[in-house]
Amino acid sequence: MTALARGIGIRLGLAVGLLLAVVVVVFFLIQMAPGDAALYLGAEQGVGDAEYLAKLRSQYGLDRPLLVQLGAYIGNVAQLDLGESTYFNQPVLGLILDRLFATVLLAGTALLFAVVVGVALGVFTARRPESPASHGVTVMSLLGFATPVFWSALMVIVVFAAKWGILPVGGIEDVRYHGNWFGETLDLLEHLVLPAASLGIIYLAIYSRLARASMLEVLESDYIRTARAKGAHERVVVYKHALRNAVIPVVTAAGLQVGNLLSGALLVEFVFAWPGIGRLAVSSIFRRDSPTLLGIMIFSAAMVIVANLLTDLVYRLIDPRIRVGGSR
Amino acid sequence: MTDLGIAIEPVKTSSRGALRMFLRNKPAVVGLVVFTLIVLVTLFGPGLYGVSAKKMVAPPFLGPGDDLGPLLGTDYLGRDILAGILTGGRTTLFVAAVTALMTMTFGLVVGSLAGYFGRWIDTLLMRFTEIFQVMPSLLFALVLIFLLGPGTRNETLAIGLTLWPGAARLTRAEFLRLREMEFVKAARAIGSGDLRIMFRTILPNAMPPLLAWTTLIVVIAVLFHAGLAFLGLVDVNTVSWGSMMGKNRGYTITAWWTVGFPGIAIVTTGLSLALIGDGLQDAFNPKLRGR
Repeated sequence: MTALARGIGIRLGLAVGLLLAVVVVVFFLIQMAPGDAALYLGAEQGVGDAEYLAKLRSQYGLDRPLLVQLGAYIGNVAQLDLGESTYFNQPVLGLILDRLFATVLLAGTALLFAVVVGVALGVFTARRPESPASHGVTVMSLLGFATPVFWSALMVIVVFAAKWGILPVGGIEDVRYHGNWFGETLDLLEHLVLPAASLGIIYLAIYSRLARASMLEVLESDYIRTARAKGAHERVVVYKHALRNAVIPVVTAAGLQVGNLLSGALLVEFVFAWPGIGRLAVSSIFRRDSPTLLGIMIFSAAMVIVANLLTDLVYRLIDPRIRVGGSR
Repeated sequence: MTDLGIAIEPVKTSSRGALRMFLRNKPAVVGLVVFTLIVLVTLFGPGLYGVSAKKMVAPPFLGPGDDLGPLLGTDYLGRDILAGILTGGRTTLFVAAVTALMTMTFGLVVGSLAGYFGRWIDTLLMRFTEIFQVMPSLLFALVLIFLLGPGTRNETLAIGLTLWPGAARLTRAEFLRLREMEFVKAARAIGSGDLRIMFRTILPNAMPPLLAWTTLIVVIAVLFHAGLAFLGLVDVNTVSWGSMMGKNRGYTITAWWTVGFPGIAIVTTGLSLALIGDGLQDAFNPKLRGR
């Protein structure tokens, strides 16, 4: 157990270092951008003379050496201060946290749907690799890989929301349900269906193929032959012995693709006017609100790092073969 | 297109068996034919069709097949959708090709150094790679374009800077595997220098998976550029499949074809490339066929 604890400790240390590196990258990106905050503030107030700008720079510490500024920036981030939005005049972290639930709900639902249905499809088709259904999984996965998520989202809106009118076109809630918790929940789920499905289908396509490939591989392995040889029921062999190991690559892929998932969610949020972090990021660009955009960047990187840590942990729990605290 | 040439030649030179395998794979051949057609159409189509993608040629929102209008209808300003698809394909494919080249070059340099030299160089480069992997790629590209400003050059740079870690990891894995092989040891024994071993001995043998990866990177770059253009973050004066969808987004419900057709162009392109990539993978690694 101590080796496990040490392994996790090392992982945690690396994760913190990684986040620090991201913060440093973001800081230098800000420096790379033309102009600085003083110019921006000056422009906002309609004042451009050099003396005033110099005063602003010393007021905000922009005239200090670069490394001192970097230290101050890291210190702020470490105290969970991601700066203040130039558009909302509010702390960026608060703006993000207000929208976190919507994004996590959307991405989480999509991911859960993709993993569960993907594994089911993969396992089902792996038992007959040459069947039409199995070839269907291949075609579907290639289609899912080649389809822009924002396009399928729009097409889904055309069919389900506009033509058949059975689901809402966008947004997250309908005002008529306010104050009625049951109605509000149902309403939220109704708004969630199309965005989550548009996002989930892309990953479903990828995971079903991955699950099938890994199931096929596992079914050929020696321990499965042993299980069959000792006379275990086919259903026990497939669903108890094989499934456990076949799921591992899918879970790993799902965990490592959280960054991609957030990228996809950004586009889906934009199309469906879903009030999440991604939509805030896009709006921030048009508002030239760089603290918010860069804050979202750091926050998302932190989310990905945490997701990777969790994946690592889950991996250790479900895969008995992994060497504790060992190499990747 | 140039990337097509890259995709085919080493197959011929490195192993004839793989080429035969590829050509026997019907979906892959279909993908190759379709992709070649798409490239030809975007190269010569705009000239042959002769309608400007930026001019208003008919009343807005004419549906596809409408007697008065062009074949695929018109958009919200009365511009010809077909002309847009022909012209826009050039931008999309050009950016994707350049991005893929950039991604693979950068990934190759980092990955081969890390994989070949190992030890602290490997650790350092892989930690560096990780930094770029934990930043959600689209968001990172948005930030880069926000800071650098729009324009084809910056868009290509932004996409390339976000997509290289995968290529680096793949190259590293291949180099790690190959550097222990007998023929590499033999090359070292006869006194070949590090650079020569890396690029003349190991690299040709690492090409197959890298080629398959390149086709996938082109698809991802097409989708990426389309996404950025859709959000309206690229040069507004350039017609591309993504920008057509972005500009007509608000009219999708009443005029699906304005967004539908450019999307179909992307899906067809992506699918044909993905089939080629799948075929390459199968040809070089027959064990994985059908998976």
